[in-house]
Parts: sequence; C-alpha cells; structure tokens
Amino acid sequence: MSELVIKNLHVNINGKEILKGLNFTLPKGEVHAIMGPNGTGKSTLAYTLMGHPAYEVTEGEVFFNGVNILDLEPNERSILGIFLAFQYPVAIPGVTVANFIRSAVNSRRRAVNTDDKGVPLLEFRKEVKQKMEMLRMDPSFAGRYLNDGFSGGEKKRAEILQMAMLKPEIAILDETDSGLDIDALKIVADGVNTLRGPDLGVVIITHYQRILNYIKPDYVHVMMDGKIVESGESDLALHLEEHGYDWIREKVNGN
Amino acid sequence: MVIKKPVVISTSKKRSETSDFVFTKDQVRFTGNQVIDAYREKAWKINQETGIPTTKEEAWRRTDIRSLRLGQFQLIKRNEKSSISDIPANLLEPVADGDHGGQIILYANEYIHRLDEDLQKNGVIFCDLLTAERDYADLLAKAIGTIVKPEEGKFSALTGAFAQNGVFLYIPKNVVIETPVHSLIWGAGIDTAQISHIIVYLESGASATYVLEFASKTEEKGQSLITNNIEIYVGPQANFRFVELQSLGRHVWNFTHERVQVDRDGQLDWIFGAIGGHLTKNFAELDLIANGAVGKMSGFYFTDKNQHLDYDSQQNHLAANTTSDLLFKGALVDESRSVWQGMIYVAPGADKTDGYQANRNLLLSKQARADSIPGLEILANDVRCTHGATVGKIDADQVFYLMSRGIARPDAEKLIVEGFFDPIMQRIPFEGVKHRFQKAISDKMGSYLG
Repeated sequence: MSELVIKNLHVNINGKEILKGLNFTLPKGEVHAIMGPNGTGKSTLAYTLMGHPAYEVTEGEVFFNGVNILDLEPNERSILGIFLAFQYPVAIPGVTVANFIRSAVNSRRRAVNTDDKGVPLLEFRKEVKQKMEMLRMDPSFAGRYLNDGFSGGEKKRAEILQMAMLKPEIAILDETDSGLDIDALKIVADGVNTLRGPDLGVVIITHYQRILNYIKPDYVHVMMDGKIVESGESDLALHLEEHGYDWIREKVNGN
Repeated sequence: MVIKKPVVISTSKKRSETSDFVFTKDQVRFTGNQVIDAYREKAWKINQETGIPTTKEEAWRRTDIRSLRLGQFQLIKRNEKSSISDIPANLLEPVADGDHGGQIILYANEYIHRLDEDLQKNGVIFCDLLTAERDYADLLAKAIGTIVKPEEGKFSALTGAFAQNGVFLYIPKNVVIETPVHSLIWGAGIDTAQISHIIVYLESGASATYVLEFASKTEEKGQSLITNNIEIYVGPQANFRFVELQSLGRHVWNFTHERVQVDRDGQLDWIFGAIGGHLTKNFAELDLIANGAVGKMSGFYFTDKNQHLDYDSQQNHLAANTTSDLLFKGALVDESRSVWQGMIYVAPGADKTDGYQANRNLLLSKQARADSIPGLEILANDVRCTHGATVGKIDADQVFYLMSRGIARPDAEKLIVEGFFDPIMQRIPFEGVKHRFQKAISDKMGSYLG
C-alpha cells in the first residue's frame, strides 16, 4: 500500500499559482528526494502537505494511508503521522524545548485516549535525554526557549529531535541542510539515518545534492515550475550536481 | 540628600453636590491622636474640595468613571450580613512559600487577625487598623499620610478620611521574618464602599514578606466600590517582598493609591497580579529616596469580558545610585481594556541611576485594546534609563508551527500565552503565586477558547 499519494495538486498563494498539477507517490518506508532550482514550489509543497492556512489548494488530492488529508487541520495531520522539519523553524519565546515536546507528545496520547494523563515525567525525560545524546545536544538545550536565539545548526537539530520524539510515519525535510556546516549536517543526517526504516518514509526537499551524500535516497525527483518533471534513482542527483538543471529545463521545454 | 518631587495636585474641583459621594464628616473616625486626627481632618477637607476625576485630567484620560453611581454608596454598616464562610478557602492558603506567620482577614467591617507568638515577641505588629489606632497610635502616626498624601487625588483624600479599616504591619529594627504574613480584604456587597488604609513600616535592617490580597465574589447586578491607600516605608538596609493580588468580583470598581518608599540600601521586590474587578485605576509609585535603594516591580494582568484595568506607575529616583526595574505583562481577551502609563523620574543630582521599565501586552481578540505609554523625565546627567512598550497579537506562524506537531489550536495558543508570561514568572520567587497566575491563565484562556 502506498503511504503518501499526491494527485494533480494545484496550490495558490496570494492568488498566484505555485503548484501546477503535481503528482507524487511516496511508498511506505522509502526515502525520496525532491530537488529543483529556487522558486519552483518545493517549500510550497512542504507547507501544503502540513496544512499551512496561507496555501490554498485549488485542485487535486493528497492521500495519506488512503485518507484525503486536505480538509484536516495541521495538528490532525501531525497525529496521523506526517512531520515537517521546517526550513525556518519559528521561535517561541517563553516555551522551553522540553515543555513544547511534552505538549506535543501528550497531544498524540490524548488523540488515542482522551483520558490519558500525559506521559510520565521520568519516562519523558529519559527518552528526551537519549534522543538528545543521539543528536549530540547538550542537556541544557531542553531548558532553552524553543528556537529562540538558536544557531542554524541548533534549529535543525531541534527539528530532528522533535521528529525522533514524535515518531512520524513520513517526514518531510524542507531544506534541512541549508545553513549547516559539514559537521552539523553529519549529525543531522546520522539522526535521520538512525530513524529511517520500514516505519518511516522520508521526503528530502533540497536545492543541493550535498545532503544526499549522507542520507541516501531510494529515488530522486526533479521539480520545476510547480511540477515533478523527472524521476530517477539516486544517481540522478549526482548527474544534477554535475550538469545542473539546464538539461532538464531544455528537455521539458523541448517536449 | 533627599530631593522632594513636586506633588501632582488634582485639578478637578467639585461640580455640584450630586456629583460626589454622600459620606459625611461624622463618618470620619477621629482617634484622639493629634497626628492621625490632623491627617484625617486634612483628608476630609481635600475630599470636600476635590471633584470626581474626569477624562479631562491626563491621568484619567483613558478611564471614564461617569457610570459609577456615586450617590448610591454607603459605608459598610457593622451589622451588614456577610460571613467568613463566603470566602473561598484557597484564598486563605499560603502563596508565598512557607506557612503564614500571621494572617488578617477583613470582611464587612469584621476582622480576624493572628500573629505567631515568636513574631510578637520580636516586636512585630501585624493587626487591623482599628486595633492599631487603639494600641499603637504613636507608631501609626509616624507613618500615616506621610507617603501617600491626600493631595494626590480624589481617592487618596477620600480613603484618608473615611478608611473604615485596614492593615498595620510594623517590623522593628533588624528583625527578620522568615514566614510570610498575609492579609485578605474581602470586598463588600452591592452599593457598599469598602475603604481601606494599609500601612507598612520596616525599620532599618528589617526583612519581611507580605501578601496583600483583594478579592470578592461577583454580583450579577449593581456596583461595589473599593478604595485603598497603601503606604509602605522600607528603612535603610531593610528588605521587603510585597505581593499584591487582586481577584475582585466583576461588579467592583477599584481605586488604589499606593507608594513604597525605599531608604538607603533598602530593597523592594514588588509583585502585582490583577485578574478581577470591573474597573481598576491604580496609582503605583516607587520612591527611591536614598543612596543604594533598589526597587523591582513585576506586574501580571489578564482581563476579559468588559474589564477595564488602568495602571499608572512611577519610578522616582530621588537620590543617586538608585536602581529600579519594572516589567508589567498583560493579556487581554474579549472586549476588555488595559492602560499602562509608566514614568521614570530622575531628580536633579540623582546620578548613577539605573532605571528600566517595560510593558508588554498580548491582545487575544480584535475587540480588546491595550494602551501602553512609557515615559522618562530625567533631570540628572549621569544615568542609564531604558524603556519599552509593546502591544502585539499571537503570531499565526507560531500557532502553525505548534499545530504541525499535533498540538490543537487552543492548546497551541495557551502555550504561546504561557510563554509570553514566562519572563514575569521567572521574576517571582514564590511558587504559590506562580500557580495562582498559571491558574488565572488557564481560566481566562478556557473561557476565551469557548
């Protein structure tokens, strides 16, 4: 059974069409990369899948495990198992990383059982500590205000920490490598690789091939002008690295 | 050297007999102590000459009290029906860590007071005002009317003249009280004015924590009136932690003049929490009167429905090397309204002053309105004064971010509001007070979220 199926997706922002009939399927447990030059609608796709209110779906369907998710609120999508690692995570002053993640974990538990009393504190702390060690984060990190004054690397690690704690079925990594030095990128990639497996499908949205050296995708897709225009195995990424996007543009225009 | 600050004198003159309260001079309580009686006589006279403030006065520009039915109010009668069993038990529990070393409950002209024996032995006085007038008149006379003056406004004069009761807290020299003392002023019924005068005096080197609470139930119809003068002197090297909580009923009109004077190397940590009342106008002032005095003011407020809350704060640096630090944070829902008008005043010669004031407001509905007006008046050369004022809304991107992690919108908004208040919580050294504020956030958010 396919995990995520996007059919003929059209999306407007501020009345302007950005996605223009996008088709995409992510089978369960696979890792796919979506690459493309700037301004082709990659982040629009990420936000639309998560349900950002500014992105208006004018046509098409998105199924997750057979459920059309387009009418669902972002929190409902999250609880179904969709996770978006933001390119620009939002700072929330006054709310600590630990408090925030605990609220998110408890929201999931309550979605399953409305009488749930919440995750026991000790159990929660233990798990956060373990996941933070995996991402080589200082324990004091849990007590800091969420994304407030975080460096680029800290923000991205915090995103992966949330992913590790929330255990989604698919994760969309939106330009997760941007703003990361090579060491930070390795840590983040290690985290993702540890989590990937038959229960976690991953969509890596990226401008550069670099991250794909560390997180090996099963398939690579090229996005241009609001559509997927080329798909191939992981060597497609290397080809793009070497030859750029022009040959695809020519190929698309040539058709 | 102490530099006197010019006292603002209310300019409203009386318009006509029907535009004032109906209290009469025979209701002014004369005690036989010359100082106290002279003060009350003067307060009475100023009250007679001073009209009800109107929005033409700068301090009252944003707070219109024309619909206060002045002529209806009577002072509390001795036999008025009220029972201490009306008072919710949680209001009597300790909020500053540790059991109460003393407690005073004022309700419907009755009072209960209690003070631990060891504090009594140390010479601490903590009693209601009537008892203080009878037993400690000379001490009381040393403080009464010296910090909040009748000239400051209609309500300071009215309260000075007609205070039916109040609290007197006196800490002798070098006496350090570990356990907090607590008093609750429980608001009176419809058409009743409850007028209280609170006087606190810490001698040099003394240290204490005082929790002063104003509360009452909500009546469906009608108005109640509460007015207070709160005068506090923190002596040289004394240390005072003052927590003031207000959860009055939704029909209560509340007018308070309060000022804390901090003397040489004295320290004040002053915490405000306001969630109740129909309309509140509060003049809260800090006078740093001698070298090395430090005052910190932290305010929490959360209004809803048709509540109106107006704070005027003044940080008066009247001597060199003084430090003040004010942070007030408030959230507003429904069509409620808040006003904060702050002023840091630095007197000539008050060099090496460090003054800070900030007011942050979070509007949670389109109809709510917050006015935030900082001010600086600096007459010295070598000072550091900073201020900030903001009125903002919940950021939609923050809500989306939290929701994308599975947190439903109401919980996401609550989390953001709690985060907004966190800097205030961080300033409060008492878990019980923090819990009280957290509960207020939950309650107010609960009704706001439907």
